[in-house]
Amino acid sequence: MSNPSGDVARLAGRAWLFGADISTDMLSPGQYVHDPPEVRLRHVLESARPEFAGQVRAGDIVVAGPNFGCGSSRESAPQHLKDLGVAAVVADSLARIFARNAIAIGLPALSCPGVSAAVADGDVVDVYIVAGVVTVEQQGSEGSVRRELEADRIPEPMLDVLRHGGIEPLLAALAEAEGNPAQDLD
Amino acid sequence: MGGPIADAPMTAAESVLARAAGVPRVVPGEYVVAEVDAMMMHDIFAADVLGMLQRVGVRRLHDPSRASVVFDHMVPAPSVAAAEHQAAARRLVKRYGIEAFFEVGRGICHQVMVEEGRFRPGDLVVGTDSHSTTYGALGAAGCGIGSSEMAYALATGRLWFKVPETVLVVLEGRLQPMVTAKDLVLYLMREVGSAEAQYRSVEHGGPGVATLGLPERMTVANMGVEMGAKFSLFPAGDVDTMRPGASYAATHTVDLGSLAPQVAVPHHVENVVGVDEVAGVRLDQVFLGSCTNGRLEDLRQAARIMRGRRIASGVRMVVTPASSEVYRQALAEGILSDLVEAGAIVEGPGCGPCFGGHMGLLAPGERCLGTHNRNFRGRMGSPEAEIYLGSPATAAASALAGEITDPRSFAAADEEEAGKEEDVR
Repeated sequence: MSNPSGDVARLAGRAWLFGADISTDMLSPGQYVHDPPEVRLRHVLESARPEFAGQVRAGDIVVAGPNFGCGSSRESAPQHLKDLGVAAVVADSLARIFARNAIAIGLPALSCPGVSAAVADGDVVDVYIVAGVVTVEQQGSEGSVRRELEADRIPEPMLDVLRHGGIEPLLAALAEAEGNPAQDLD
Repeated sequence: MGGPIADAPMTAAESVLARAAGVPRVVPGEYVVAEVDAMMMHDIFAADVLGMLQRVGVRRLHDPSRASVVFDHMVPAPSVAAAEHQAAARRLVKRYGIEAFFEVGRGICHQVMVEEGRFRPGDLVVGTDSHSTTYGALGAAGCGIGSSEMAYALATGRLWFKVPETVLVVLEGRLQPMVTAKDLVLYLMREVGSAEAQYRSVEHGGPGVATLGLPERMTVANMGVEMGAKFSLFPAGDVDTMRPGASYAATHTVDLGSLAPQVAVPHHVENVVGVDEVAGVRLDQVFLGSCTNGRLEDLRQAARIMRGRRIASGVRMVVTPASSEVYRQALAEGILSDLVEAGAIVEGPGCGPCFGGHMGLLAPGERCLGTHNRNFRGRMGSPEAEIYLGSPATAAASALAGEITDPRSFAAADEEEAGKEEDVR
């Protein structure tokens, strides 16, 4: 799911809805840290929604309540979501380290107050990453209504990381450009 | 309220970030690229970080002397996979010329960083561990980052930071006997919490600060991250908290003398109640240790309560000293023999049970009270287990009773034992 084209402007996907305080221990339980990737992926979010890891499809979007990704600094938390095919995370609020780590591994993550109340599980959600806008089609008695929510915009230095697909490709690009990034990166 | 005045004093976090970014002042919300003074990696991530640098062709670190590597999580290696991972990390540590390498058994990274003087007050410090906020006990702005960001920081010496708003916590008075810094920070989890502290710097000031020693400040700063804080700072060196004229997003005043022992109940650190509300809850395991509460003072207090007594049958008690230095001193003082004679298991220094890695995981339906920092579902093994968090005093009293117990019922014993210790010295 890397994004070599750098096109992170807009994503559309099916929503998986989660509640508040989804922790890194739920995303990436500590007891499996040295297990093979396929084992670790099986346990992603099992304590919140046991069916998630088996049923999530490429391009799906995780929508959650406040404080998503609270807990440890383990980068496997966003990485596992990305490896399962999740295209983006949109939560009422994101825990600080998770927000940074998601961008660092090339997974768009937006803080969007109110999103968990506006989106139902399985809704199709549009995420405009650069503009910081989330829209959702809601079915009502009078047909579908398009609802638009404002998200916090990702700052430019982090958008640049996202356009590269994460820090690793960014460092690789710098290393290739400079020959010796240790001296010349700045 | 108006915006910040051009020459108004900055909060401690703002001062550190402005200095590290090489600018006269910064304001909350702004992004800066700052020079990082110290960088810490532990065994879970060191191989990932350095392996990435190798993979992308970064041949040298910007400044290897700023880097520290501590093996503390999966130690001693409980599996061949962990042993291989550590062997790979050792090779990379050598390859990249990192001299500050602390082997299996030296201790938990944050304790080791402090004991080894790997940073100074006023430094900007990052670690591949969320509890890097601990460094704030010594006035250093410490925060956790992931392995990719660590790779970037090692390669360039820099990283981007959002300047946080600051929440001021004014401490007054003095803690009562058997009420500890852990109870203070659990109380703050409830009173301040992530609703107010998320992505902010929490800074502690007021006359009560002087009543807290370094180990106690480390306990408080350590758990800053549990309320979502970017930094958790105490005054030290030139770093001043509670500056008149600086801009604080919120201020809380805590009378230390009014606090009772606190317990965080499953499954979130902010679910904090007074110990009396959960007294009597049966336990299968008690854990005394971690970067939050595995220091000499913590072990000493538990030993005073447990000396000459036995833990309840049906309860396991696991103790992990925070470092080899803590271990050595606890051995010399007879603390470890008190704990072992009471029925506890003393493990080597490390993180093992706290993060659910090994050496004390829980079965479905089991209940543990620990002195560590997180009680999320699945943190210590089975997602069907329950974790309560409390102070070393609460842990010791609860291990003896086999159920959650208010340690103040042991206050007289504690005082008597403390008196004996004084006589011996």
